[in-house]
Amino acid sequence: MSSHHESILREPLVTGENITYSKVTEDILVPVENKPNKAWWIGFIVSAMGAGLWIFSVSWTFWFGVGEWGLNKTVGWAWDITGFVWWVGIGHAGTLISAVLLLFRQNWRNSINRSAEAMTIFAVICAASYIISHMGRPWLFHWALPLPNQYGSLWVNFNSPLVWDVFAISTYFSVSLVFWYTGLLPDIATIRDRAIGTRRRIYSILSFGWNGSVKTWQRFELVSLILAGVSTPLVLSVHTIVSMDFATSVIPGWHTTIFPPYFVAGAIFSGFAMVQTLLLVTRKVMNFENYITMFHIESMNKIIILTGSIVGVAYLTELFIAWYSGVEYEQYAFLNRVSGPYWWAYWIMMTCNVISPQLFWFKKVRTSIALSWLLSIVVNIGMWFERFVIIVTSLHRDYLPSSWVMFYPSWVDVGIFIGSIGLFFTLFLLFLRVLPAIAMAEVKLLLKSSSDQAKQKLIAEKSVDKGQAEYYIESLEKYDSISPKVAEYEKV
Amino acid sequence: MSNIKYILGHFADPDDMMHGIDKLQENNISVYDVFTPMPIHGIEDKLGIRRSRLGKVAFGFGLTGTITAISMITYMLVIDWPMNIGGKPHFAFPDFVPIMFELTVLFAAFGMVGTYFFVNHLAPGRAPRVMDLRATNDRFVVAIDAKANLSHDKIDDILKKAGAVEVKHNERKYVSYE
Repeated sequence: MSSHHESILREPLVTGENITYSKVTEDILVPVENKPNKAWWIGFIVSAMGAGLWIFSVSWTFWFGVGEWGLNKTVGWAWDITGFVWWVGIGHAGTLISAVLLLFRQNWRNSINRSAEAMTIFAVICAASYIISHMGRPWLFHWALPLPNQYGSLWVNFNSPLVWDVFAISTYFSVSLVFWYTGLLPDIATIRDRAIGTRRRIYSILSFGWNGSVKTWQRFELVSLILAGVSTPLVLSVHTIVSMDFATSVIPGWHTTIFPPYFVAGAIFSGFAMVQTLLLVTRKVMNFENYITMFHIESMNKIIILTGSIVGVAYLTELFIAWYSGVEYEQYAFLNRVSGPYWWAYWIMMTCNVISPQLFWFKKVRTSIALSWLLSIVVNIGMWFERFVIIVTSLHRDYLPSSWVMFYPSWVDVGIFIGSIGLFFTLFLLFLRVLPAIAMAEVKLLLKSSSDQAKQKLIAEKSVDKGQAEYYIESLEKYDSISPKVAEYEKV
Repeated sequence: MSNIKYILGHFADPDDMMHGIDKLQENNISVYDVFTPMPIHGIEDKLGIRRSRLGKVAFGFGLTGTITAISMITYMLVIDWPMNIGGKPHFAFPDFVPIMFELTVLFAAFGMVGTYFFVNHLAPGRAPRVMDLRATNDRFVVAIDAKANLSHDKIDDILKKAGAVEVKHNERKYVSYE
């Protein structure tokens, strides 16, 4: 579609002057081909310390057992499953961007999909580590798999959502990895063909011998499309199954049919917030402003407000249904959430997830980098509290008032949680250094159709309607990343 | 007779390259292959390349996954060790659906990507068969077999007229072997 020109009214997806195919390569490979700057080192050292804390706390758990956590006989699931669901949810935005937006032909995904997919993989690694460490005896994790064993064979119970989850998470992780890596091949080949010496040899191995012939590209596009097609229902199924870990139980507060859609919306919500958190920094530090433009940021903010509102409706529906059900246990569970000893957690959740994202209705907020970043962090905090509220407040007051307790995390809980964030950022920062953070081949596709430069050329050629051209030029002023040279346009 | 094996037309713009291919074909010069830094839509028709059958492959693998899942679960829960869970049927089909779906996706994705790597000879460590190093960066390279098309000057001329920024005569097929 290189010769296809899209409507002048659409916002440019690549900005900047004198953008050529080789400039795209040069710009995107700067962090890969050069020594890292100070900002990267500071970030990396801090994250690596976090990752060290993670290794220490997880090893501590493996050595002494989950008794080192703050769990008690009433609250048997707390920060572990909170962290697990939080990380899996964060991972979902990557698949959404790479798969769902591909199916909908949203070209703005092209410059953010690579890092979002990387984020998915690292987030699922963090999530999986929670699953392994909460097993108590992690060396027996293979008991969750349908393997022959000495008990006759006593198989796993396929009626259990926990077993579904084992299949869902492992499928999700491995398919995401394959999707990500296949997409990386052409870009790794680009690095290979520009490198010399050992670097070249390493990237040559990693590139699988990619050469960019017609047939390779033709099959590549079909493979990407089909992977997107299967990943879309996959991502929905994964969080649906995660929600069923709760919803198929009989605990008041968990046993609700709204959980699957509610969890999926929450996952996309928190995932986009995390993409926003990462990309706003990446684009600044790595000088990707021409590729991740204000249009991208605004589009993601729009998705955040949409999914945030869906989550809000789900919270209110839950409350209404709890009251309307007439079941006193259900009613109490929700009354306890809203006004019980964990009221503050509930209201942090409500504020961060439902109220503060509504600020994105204002274009000023949506297009402010500082505010977008701040709100994305707020959403992530809110989404962590959502899972905490669902898990802990439903458990801590069970059927027998004599066993009602509060949950207090131990230092190991805190260490694993903070450590997992450190691990996530360590992996992400390493990724930025060794692999192209933006899919070069896909951005190159946009160059002739959707770049600011291509549109300027159209205007200069006077091949577009004058009113539309004016509209386009005016719209540019709304972006901070482009300073339209009005004088130049006036000449035209 | 020269030792030239391949003539490479370098284009800086995909549209020029498409134009160049048209011109070559008008002059009955066959194109060996085209190497580009990004997918070019519509080039398959021009070069007479058939539709990929990977979709069918994916479907086949997906179906295999579904059948694997249902037969595995049925064998384990219904035939090998039926368990009485509240008197409910052993063949609890709705409960089997999630894993059937997951294995369908798993098999389809891995089977299709594996087939893709196999048919395109993509494997870790495989020596890249690259005719020009800039074809993965900013050049759209049309390769013409110089042994099969002997009028080299004419080819040069056509390529240059179509907008090629550079025409190379290579005595080796792949430049990537050092």
